[in-house]
Amino acid sequence: MTEKTKIETGFSSDAKKEPRRIVFITRKTSAKVKDERERKVMTYPHVLVREAIVFEILTIVMVFIALFWNAPLEQLANPQLTPNPAKAPWYFLGLQELLHFFPPFVAGILIPTLVIIALLVIPYFHVNVEGKALCSERASKRFGMVISVVVVLLILLVVVDAWTIMVPTVSVAVLLVASYLSKGTTGWLGVLRTKPLSWWVMTWFISTAVYLTVVGTFFRGPGWSWVWPWGTHAG
Amino acid sequence: MATSFHTTLENLRSTRVWRSIFRRGPAITNRTRSLAIFGNLFLHWLPVKVREKSLRVRAAYYLGSLSLLLFLILVVTGVLLMFYYHPAAPEAYHDMKDLRFVVSNGVFLRNMHRVGAHLMVLLVFWHMFHVFYRGGYKPPHEFNWVVGVILLLLTLFLSYTGYLLPWDQLAFWAVTVGTNIISAMPFIGNKIRFVVLGGHIVGENALLRFYVLHVVILPLLAFLFIGVHFWRVQKDGGLTLGSKEHDGKN
Repeated sequence: MTEKTKIETGFSSDAKKEPRRIVFITRKTSAKVKDERERKVMTYPHVLVREAIVFEILTIVMVFIALFWNAPLEQLANPQLTPNPAKAPWYFLGLQELLHFFPPFVAGILIPTLVIIALLVIPYFHVNVEGKALCSERASKRFGMVISVVVVLLILLVVVDAWTIMVPTVSVAVLLVASYLSKGTTGWLGVLRTKPLSWWVMTWFISTAVYLTVVGTFFRGPGWSWVWPWGTHAG
Repeated sequence: MATSFHTTLENLRSTRVWRSIFRRGPAITNRTRSLAIFGNLFLHWLPVKVREKSLRVRAAYYLGSLSLLLFLILVVTGVLLMFYYHPAAPEAYHDMKDLRFVVSNGVFLRNMHRVGAHLMVLLVFWHMFHVFYRGGYKPPHEFNWVVGVILLLLTLFLSYTGYLLPWDQLAFWAVTVGTNIISAMPFIGNKIRFVVLGGHIVGENALLRFYVLHVVILPLLAFLFIGVHFWRVQKDGGLTLGSKEHDGKN
């Protein structure tokens, strides 16, 4: 009895017919199917061999550095003797540079928290998934908005006299303006024209972070004053 | 010579002992090569096949792999350093002197750990920026990006907690500068700083707390999230390739 039921179910499912495929194309997804049948290779051995080689190169490089450079060791910790300047590890020197211009709450708490939140929400911020260029449509309006935000930011930086933050900000803004004004589509300015707003924001963030870190590491001396790394100074 | 070595290896792979350890014969067919990945506890989070284009160096510059390898090197050198280290003031500093003048290869061991730590912070940052420019955070990779941000923070905390351990002037004042910022947090800043330091100043309690965080809590969390991160790379369909790789132009 059960056997019969099964067979009947089999017939009624009409398996010979080609299944109909229904695709919903919403505004945010691309309808273009990108090369589904790519050539594939086995992880064993192709990936594993490469990983092993990379591991060996990394170890060799590290051994060479460790042989010719010594980890620093200063005098025993002494709470009575404050070095000038007292510096955080290099990856926090960008923040320490910010502390020079902004109150501790802004530079030490607010900005890092906002940066972390911004990083966390990047993938859920569903704007411009296809990565359209900043000025691909309604160019003058968008460009005007971005530039006014930049100008407000620059005025704020002038007020707090934070010129080390202005240098990378102005540099990126100049690139943005240059790429907007250039009408060609070739060359590096043409490439910059194709970049979306998110690219500009991240590039500004990275260049500011790198610039502040380098300044904090090499160009700051006693009392957080400007020094040249090749100059002689106490400390 | 090479042939006889090869034959010996082949014979070894066909033995019962080899099979009992690896649960398969020599990996010479696609089936046994698949088994080599998903039949192995330490490799099963890898995909069995990868797209040929993702093998290119500039697909990811091996930045993720390098970060993992640095983590492993740091675990090994860190455990070796723990054999010579007392998390107490001022013994910690004397242990640093011993590493330099008494322990065989102590300087080298400490240098490797230090170099590895700096490199790891650098490479994890570079990895994140590279993934961003490649659009690697886009669906279905959203959550793995979040895991990556958590791993970046863990890397920074690991490096920062390790920074105090030598207990020299550099370590002491770097951590004093950093933890002073916590006080700027409204209402609860001073309380959080007290919890982190185990007191009002960077002292012996802070050293012990940073040590426990550095050698137990943060590495375990990092290990956990690294596992999730790599596993998700496989589950979400492999590396995000740049548009050039997709077009097949070059």
